[in-house]
Amino acid sequence: MSGSVLYDAPGPRARARNLVLSVVGGLLIVGLVALVAYRLYDKGQFDGAMWDIFNYAGIRENILDGLAATLKVFAMAAALSLVMAVVLCMGRLSDHKPVRWLATGFIELFRSVPLLITIFALWVGIVDAILPVEVNIEPMWALVFGLAIYNSCVQAEVLRAGINAVPTGQREAAYAIGMRKTQVTASILMPQAVRSMMPTIISQLVVTLKDTSLGYIILYPELLQTARLIASNTQVNGDYPYVPTVIVIGTLYIVLCLALSGLANWIERRGRRAKTGIAPTEAKVPEQTGALP
Amino acid sequence: MKLHKTAASAAVILALAATAACGGKEGSAGDKSNDTDEKSLPTYKAAEDVTVDSPVLKNAQKRGKIVIGAKADQPYLGFQDQSTKKYSGFDIEIAKMVAADLGFSAKQITFKTVDSGAREQAVRKGDVDLMIGTYTINDERKKQIDFAGPYYHAGAALLVREDESGIEGPDSVKGKKVCSIVGSTPLQEIKKPKYGGKITELAKYSDCVKQLIDGQVDAVTTDDAILKGYAADNPKKLKVLSKTFTDEPYGVGLKKGDKALQKAVADALKAHEDNGDYEKAYDATLGKSGSKFVEPPTITEK
Amino acid sequence: MNVLLDNLDLFREGFVGTVSLTAGSAALAVVLGLIIAGFRVSPVPPLRLFGTVWVTLLRNTPLTLLFLVAFFVVPQVLFPGIDSYLLAVVALGMYTSSYIAEALRSGINTVPLGQAEAARSIGMTFTQTLRIVVLPQATRTALPPLSSFLIALTKNSAIAGAFNNVDLFNIQKVLSNEGYNILVIFIWITIGYLIVTFSISALFRTLERRLEVAR
Repeated sequence: MSGSVLYDAPGPRARARNLVLSVVGGLLIVGLVALVAYRLYDKGQFDGAMWDIFNYAGIRENILDGLAATLKVFAMAAALSLVMAVVLCMGRLSDHKPVRWLATGFIELFRSVPLLITIFALWVGIVDAILPVEVNIEPMWALVFGLAIYNSCVQAEVLRAGINAVPTGQREAAYAIGMRKTQVTASILMPQAVRSMMPTIISQLVVTLKDTSLGYIILYPELLQTARLIASNTQVNGDYPYVPTVIVIGTLYIVLCLALSGLANWIERRGRRAKTGIAPTEAKVPEQTGALP
Repeated sequence: MKLHKTAASAAVILALAATAACGGKEGSAGDKSNDTDEKSLPTYKAAEDVTVDSPVLKNAQKRGKIVIGAKADQPYLGFQDQSTKKYSGFDIEIAKMVAADLGFSAKQITFKTVDSGAREQAVRKGDVDLMIGTYTINDERKKQIDFAGPYYHAGAALLVREDESGIEGPDSVKGKKVCSIVGSTPLQEIKKPKYGGKITELAKYSDCVKQLIDGQVDAVTTDDAILKGYAADNPKKLKVLSKTFTDEPYGVGLKKGDKALQKAVADALKAHEDNGDYEKAYDATLGKSGSKFVEPPTITEK
Repeated sequence: MNVLLDNLDLFREGFVGTVSLTAGSAALAVVLGLIIAGFRVSPVPPLRLFGTVWVTLLRNTPLTLLFLVAFFVVPQVLFPGIDSYLLAVVALGMYTSSYIAEALRSGINTVPLGQAEAARSIGMTFTQTLRIVVLPQATRTALPPLSSFLIALTKNSAIAGAFNNVDLFNIQKVLSNEGYNILVIFIWITIGYLIVTFSISALFRTLERRLEVAR
């Protein structure tokens, strides 16, 4: 339902009232922004020198390195989580009880533990505590595995929802022509599930991308950690340039995430044009799975 | 349409970033730092044909570089300028002295930032050949790695705002918010009932200092040498209360059981302490933050 | 050495911390979410724009970055010496509000057109239509996603623990320093989180059953 159903086409009085509200609302918002801007200005955060730091080759290189580190972790975690998701989803739909229980247990456990706790546990050496061998996990791998474990559980549930949404006739027809369960899943159900769930899968990838910033807490030098180092190790007029750094880095994150969500929307729209049966669902955070911004 | 816009703006920003990497000003961004007096730094001559029966060192010689773990966020001690990527400070000078006697010139040192919590692991796994970064020698750590030194004697103190009048020393922090990094020893000390401070644990000292300046915490505690660096970087904002309440002898961390390397490092420290390099280096770095020169402690770990 | 019994006080403190962080930011998130959802369907263009910007910005910013702003920028620029609990609640609440606003908006979209048309035809204004007719029905559809967002909020509150708040994540660091077996620590911490998240889903299941109507 679009907004317009909620109110009548405005007559002259409503138009006048809306105009007044527009002006008042607009002024309020502008006022709020102006207040914050003034405070920032007052603290010298808009001083040319504060922003001049980004003109230095070294600082730019640092930001690029941080960006590369973030994208590297994101790429590895995303790939790993999708592979694990397929495995977990298959496990959950398996005919063998122990396999089903194992997969369900894994998914339920890691979906309910905060991601930060999973990453931190990996980092401080929970593997050593469980296995007798000594394994040292570097911050990067703690971050990649933590992200992969958590997101694979969410993605597995998304895939399961997708498989359940495939019309039963498809499955029955496949069995009827003599396909085995593996064949049915691999060549009939999974492709359609992935196709219809693509927008949701990509939205969850946006969440994965955002969560790479948890590397900040385990001191992995990704984009946010780089921002912190730049801000805390540079002094301008006796002050630390947190505000300019946060604005620059924040913009980078927002652009990256918007580009990914743009991709999700594009796929959704393309899918709607196609006439091959299953239409992709609306791109959204996979709610039915209890998941997770 | 929306996608095209986002994609276009993403492309523009990435293109900007890419070109940015090639251009840009050289040198150090921000205020001109006076942490290190480059001109009065001593120079160290790399020894030739060093033979020490140490696997770690032999490896380093084979690759022609020695990897030394350092801190990056402690002005005057171990600090990395984010625009030039150069490390500077007293610990860095110690590293150069030791490396020179092991046969590596300053150019053959690769510094690697290792944060407090990861130091033992970095040494044990061989990520770094030596660890020189405000590294206190204690028994807990000696179970995992060996030390050479001590080369400096610090002690936990308190950093407060310039206008602070309520806190005069460790005995008057009761009920005040005291910040330090996760797992640091002074923090464990200050929360004991004897002092009764309310503790705040953050990941980095620089986070604590920022919170102190903004009035979010009342004091920061760690080794006085580190605190003096921050106070010198923020004059008229912060001051150090000089009364110390723990002992923190700094040593060079190295792989457990590498006796030959331990001895070589200890000898190098001793030699540079005796020939005056140590004092010169101190005056050009840590000395500038206002700590007076004190004779180096006797080397016990060798 | 029993980690739980030896440190019962600490665990209680951490648990209460997590619960109060969750409760505080959930309240803020729901209130803000309602307001922003209202903005997004309102007849006043600047408010609609504000709602869209709010949701787009907050949904595409990492929560850790919001915390960084809350802890290192807000005190310097706006409120020096502000309590860190308050900062955490604002950061978590604002972040979650953008998701709740979107859930409510899709809830509003599922209310049959005739409902709003009927409301309008008996002369209700926009706010009346929204408050009396549409939102109560939208809330019903928005309940399941709302519950998942609040569970996500509970889990996200762990980040506040890394920024100077006492909660389950924070006490885990304290216990690790004291040399307890980290596996045991993490098991107890996880159970703590499970208690909170299960209570939330139980609460919402009850709510859904209460609000259930035949359509």
